[in-house]
Formats: sequence, structure tokens, C-alpha cells
Amino acid sequence: MERDKNFILGVYDDEDVLLHAVSEVRTSGVKIHEVFTPYPVHGLEDVLGYKRSRLPIAAFLFGLLGTTLALTMQLYMMRFDWPMIIGGKDNAAIPDFIPVTFELTVLLAAFGMVGVFMISSNLKPWAQPRIFDLRSTDDKHIMAIDIANNTSLEVVKIQEILKSSGATEVNNKSFE
Amino acid sequence: MQVTSSVREPLVTGGKTYHDVTHDVSRQVEGKPTLLWFLAFLTAVGTLAIGLIAVTATVWEGIGMWGLNKTIGWAWDITNFVWWVGIGHAGTLISAVLLLFRQKWRTSINRAAEAMTIFAVICAAMFPVLHMGRPWLGAYWALPLPNTFGSLWVNFNSPLLWDVFAISTYFSVSLVFWYIGLIPDFATIRDRATGLRKVIYGALSFGWDGAAKTWMRYESVSLILAGLATPLVLSVHTIVSFDFATSVIPGWHTTIFPPYFVAGAIFSGFAMVLTLMIITRKVFKLEDYITMTHIELMNIVIIITGSIVGIAYITEFFIAWYSGVEAEQYAFINRATGPYWWAYWSMMTCNVISPQLFWVKKIRTSIIATFALSIVVNIGMWFERFVIIVTSLHRDYLPSSWAMFYPSITDVGVYLFTFGLFFTLFFLFAKFFPVINMAEVKSVLKSTSEKVRK
Repeated sequence: MERDKNFILGVYDDEDVLLHAVSEVRTSGVKIHEVFTPYPVHGLEDVLGYKRSRLPIAAFLFGLLGTTLALTMQLYMMRFDWPMIIGGKDNAAIPDFIPVTFELTVLLAAFGMVGVFMISSNLKPWAQPRIFDLRSTDDKHIMAIDIANNTSLEVVKIQEILKSSGATEVNNKSFE
Repeated sequence: MQVTSSVREPLVTGGKTYHDVTHDVSRQVEGKPTLLWFLAFLTAVGTLAIGLIAVTATVWEGIGMWGLNKTIGWAWDITNFVWWVGIGHAGTLISAVLLLFRQKWRTSINRAAEAMTIFAVICAAMFPVLHMGRPWLGAYWALPLPNTFGSLWVNFNSPLLWDVFAISTYFSVSLVFWYIGLIPDFATIRDRATGLRKVIYGALSFGWDGAAKTWMRYESVSLILAGLATPLVLSVHTIVSFDFATSVIPGWHTTIFPPYFVAGAIFSGFAMVLTLMIITRKVFKLEDYITMTHIELMNIVIIITGSIVGIAYITEFFIAWYSGVEAEQYAFINRATGPYWWAYWSMMTCNVISPQLFWVKKIRTSIIATFALSIVVNIGMWFERFVIIVTSLHRDYLPSSWAMFYPSITDVGVYLFTFGLFFTLFFLFAKFFPVINMAEVKSVLKSTSEKVRK
């Protein structure tokens, strides 16, 4: 179990205010733990300084795996393991293998990428997420600041920074 | 920073706040089911139960229970299969193609349209599976599994096998796409709920917490899934059309089939989305979310795809004449003037003439007219598949084998079964799942709201 954690939460009503606030809070030296929003706020990942997701690379690699598997499977089955002449066609009728190859490429790319997404974001049916504020899935944007990560600044100072950045509420939250 | 246009039409009317969106959509899930819902649901389950008799008869006695004969080996089964698959296409089109084209109006309708896709594909899959006659052995015939039945592997040269891969990939990718979109909304419901409901929606929401990092990955996943699903939409109906186009039957053996089938699929799919959304918005009082703008835009899609389908019909005729192949020419003249003339002209009236009425703005923006025409289009598209399949088969190269097709009561029953199945699933979805994608509607609320406009 993690040790007790204390968080300061800034509650924001508006996405534009939030975007400015994130920049302001970061430039004043406060380390942000995470921001929770009810919907995807475009540009938030940039102001938070997150690196671009590498999920497209995962999708590409899984797609490549799908292509290879599909072509190998069809060639092995139709040409080597049980060759039969069907409708006078060549055993290794590559053009005929394209539809199945395409479908398996898409299937593996999609499932592989979604699997990576689920694992990297810790999404699973039995996951018990730490909910900082119930309203973060409704209508509020929540900026969580871990006090343990910001030892150089006093709690009161952090609260002031949040308020001046446009937070409508500043709350505290601890997890056991 | 997002650029906001102050002149853009609002996508959601009624001056909704973020909380209103949560409340309006979650209301259906949280409240008790209404009497109307119960009645509709019981009707659907009743239809399903009656249809189940026909399905049982088919499995028990074999497909001799259907009206098929030596000449017409495919009739209602494949007609219904292609029809249901076609209906499914609008869901993926709305969620994937419109996402790639940055069409924000899709946010209010994508959830229900995707659900429709999944249920329609389940209904579609019923027909080829039952047509196998011994569906319990179907896995060996359809999937590359080692067996001792003679030919060891499935035939990868056959378009029917391509169909297996196309439909199952389409189904599973659509299901994943739909579910990924549902996760944030399940979290919203979880955070409003208590007791057992909290446990159930907690499990369904996969522990979603709305962190910025997760949203960033979510958006990336959505975009790539859209990129993958877009060619998938085109490929699935293209491959379905290969079932016919790669054969040598006059009336089927045409290169126009792939694009023509795809256009027809989008056409019938949008018609079904309209039928369902007009009912859903009324019953669940979601008029502010599924607005006249949405309906009008969908009607415009109907005009476009309906016109493409119309041109395809005429092109087929022209090419049949221009090819100089007598059998081909006869097949088309027989379609229009032979014993199935009524099916052909029903198709022409419903698919070519009726959608042209949407050029008139008054009709395009009328709920009643849209609802009526959406049903007309669906009937027309069913006839299109029937005409292609049955009229091409009933008179082939050998006049001694010419025959007619008469559906048996079992044919009707199996079709009824899929209707029952589709609506049972749809009503369950409408009650227990959020019918509108709350998170995505919230993300377009500000940039297009009435407040910003002023």
C-alpha cells in the first residue's frame, strides 16, 4: 500500500481558464501530479508537457505482425501443407490472399493497440481508481498537486497560486 | 488553442451546461424503465420468441424448411444477410469517417449508430451460419482449424471465406471502438451511483479516472481506430459484393459491384439510423442533442448515397447493353419486365425516386417525412438485394431449370427472429447504456454553444 498522500486540488469550471492555469502553475514552479477532466481538452497535453503517445507505433507494429501472419498462414496452408488445384488457380494465388491479409492486418493492429492502451493506462474491470473529486467525470476540471512532490513550496503558497490562476475552489484530499 | 467561431450553428440547443448533459443522458440509465419501454421491449422479445421457432425448425430439420430450390440456392437468407450488414455500415461511418473528416455533429449520434452496427452485424451473421445447415460444424468450414473432414483447410480463394474474415473483423473492431467510447461515460454514471449500480458500472468503466494522460492516449486510440475502421467499412461491403461479382452469373458478374454495394450500405445504414434516432430522441426527450441540424445533415447523406445508387442502377443497365453479352442483356431486361418486375420497380421507386424528395428543404427538415422516407429507403434496399440475388438466379443459362422463389413460413420466421433480436438488443442498450456520448458532446459544447454565438 502506498503511504498516505496529501493532495491539493484546484477545481476549474472552464477549459480555457484551465489551460492558462496549467501554464501559470507550472511556471511558478509547482509540479502538477495530474489533471482530471470530464472530456478530452485539446491542448492540455501540450501545456502539461506530455510527450506524444507512442500508440501509433504499437498499432503499426501489430499491423505488420498481422500482415506477416496472414500471408504466412495462407501460403503454408494452400501451397505447402495441403496443395489443391481450385478452379484452375495457382496454389500460391497471392492476389486471392489479399482480402484476408488486409482484414487480419486491421484486426491485429486494432486489438494490439487497444491492448497496449489498456495496459499502459491501467484500464481493467477490477481496477480501483483513486477518484480525486467525483465531479471530475461530470462538469469540473480537477488539478491535483501532490504535496510530497512540492516540498520546496509551502501549502498556503500553492493554494494561493491555484486561486490566482482561476480555480473556483481549492480543496485537500488524502488517500490511505 | 482552439479557435472558436462565433457564427457557427450550435450543435446542441437549449443552452445546456456540462452538468445538464450528464443529467439528461444519465437520467435514462438511472430512472426506472417506463411503461412505454416495457411494452416496446416485450414486443421485441415476443417477436424474438416467435422467430425462434423458425430458427429451431431450420436447425432441427435442415434448410429444406426454407423456400429454396435447385435453381435458387440463395434467396431470403443472403438477401437478409446483405441487408443487415449494409445497415450496420452507417455506425462505423459516423464514428470513423466523420471523425477523420472532423465532422463534430457526429458526437450526438455516434453512440447509438455504433450500437446499431453491432446489433445489425449479429443479425446478419445469423443467416450464413444457419445457411450452413449444420452450424455446429460451421467453425471447421469457416475458420482455418485443423480437421479430418477431407479438404484439410478452408479455401482462401473463395470470396465466401473472405466474408468470414471481413465480417468477424468488422464486428470485433466495431465492438472495441464502441466500448472504448463507452468507458468514460460509464465512469460518469459510476460516480453518480451508489450500491450495486456503482459496482456494476465501476466494473464496466474499467477504472477510468479521466486523467489528462489517459485522455491523450484515448484520443490517439480513437483516431487510429477511425483510420483503421474507415478502410474496413469500404472493404467489408466490397468483399460482400465479391460473393456475387467474382461469380459468372449474368447480373452479378460486374465490376461496379464494390462501390455500388458500399454506397447502398451507407444509404440504408443512414436510413436506419434516422428511423431509430427519431424514435429515441422523442421517447428520451433528447431533442436538444439530436437536433434538426443532425437530421438534415443525415438526409443530405441520404440524397448523395441515394443518387450514387441510382446512377449505379442505370450504369448496370448501360453496361449490360454495351457489353453485347446476350445473357447479360437478358438478365437486366428480365429484371425490369420479367416475373419479378414488381420487386424491381419497388426498388427503383424506393431507392431512386424517394430520396430525391429530400432536395426540398421542407421535406428534409420535417420529422414525419424523414421518418416515413427512412423506412421507405430500408424497404427499397431490401428489394435491391432481393432483386440482385433472386432475379439473377431464377433464370440462368439453362431454360429447363428456370424456377420461381416462394418464401416459406420458416423464411419469414427467421427474418422475424432477427428483427426481434435487433430490437431486443437495442432496447436493452437504450435503457442501460448512455445513448449519447456524453464526453464527446461536452467537448463540442463550448465551441458551438448558443452563449458563444451571442
